[in-house]
Amino acid sequence: MGSIPITRSSFSGDIVNLWLPALLGGVLIGLAAVLLLWSIGRIAGISGIINGIGGASGGDRAWRIAFLVGMMAAGAVVLQFVPAPPRMQTGATPLLLVAGFLVGFGTRMGNGCTSGHGVCGLGRLSWRSLAAVLTFMATGIGTVYVMRHVLGVAT
Amino acid sequence: MKAGIFVALASGALFGGGLAISRMTDRAVILGFLDLSGAFDPTLLFVLGGAVAVTAIAFRFVLRMPTPALAPGFQLPAADAIDRRLLLGAAIFGIGWGLAGFCPGPALVGLAAGLRDAWLFVPAMLAGSFVYRLLERAGHAEQPGPE
Repeated sequence: MGSIPITRSSFSGDIVNLWLPALLGGVLIGLAAVLLLWSIGRIAGISGIINGIGGASGGDRAWRIAFLVGMMAAGAVVLQFVPAPPRMQTGATPLLLVAGFLVGFGTRMGNGCTSGHGVCGLGRLSWRSLAAVLTFMATGIGTVYVMRHVLGVAT
Repeated sequence: MKAGIFVALASGALFGGGLAISRMTDRAVILGFLDLSGAFDPTLLFVLGGAVAVTAIAFRFVLRMPTPALAPGFQLPAADAIDRRLLLGAAIFGIGWGLAGFCPGPALVGLAAGLRDAWLFVPAMLAGSFVYRLLERAGHAEQPGPE
């Protein structure tokens, strides 16, 4: 792990290149959530959509798979045109495995992730989702602090 | 419901496009946001702010409809208790999020884009979810909430 260079993103005051894509992307994500609620009355929470596939019946499974296919296909295509290429694609394997496990376990236990509790839950003005968002942001910030500034590990 | 499938596909495409444009699939951007005492990166704040601004306004109107356009009813999370299960789950999720800089949506997009790190992260994520489900079924976990 010691040989992996620490790469950090730099977010300068560059409005056109950084702020606008972030805001535009956020608005698109919000519109996607509105479209799903308006059309079929469902919450666009990614972990909930994934977790519902297993136990769902045919019709309930189809919309979930359609949503995920659309998200992955469009996301992968758009990524080819995003000027800033994804960095840090060589994280430490054990770290990624542990992180993935915790994200899967925690989102199932807490019934939601950044999209379900964040984008949709906050949009519904849900206190429960606000509590979840504040909690995962706090432990996320704490984790990065410990990793980077206490242990000095490049994540 | 057939039309609903296509709308779900379109909604997913908007969602995935939004994640990609806003660089949410870039782990450095997420970790930069969580790194308050380092090179703080506010990108995620703009993304979440933009998204919640849209949902907070539009959901009010949508939820006033008697039913959704293509389905018999809205299926909203019924739970409203801020309980141990919610907070512990969110806390565990946050630790994983802070370790990798991936949450479920961007990780799946990264998988589709062939990002090496996502190919490690996503199977572990599905395993974690599955293990919680097993614990739940075995009665060792807190009682399930809806959704």
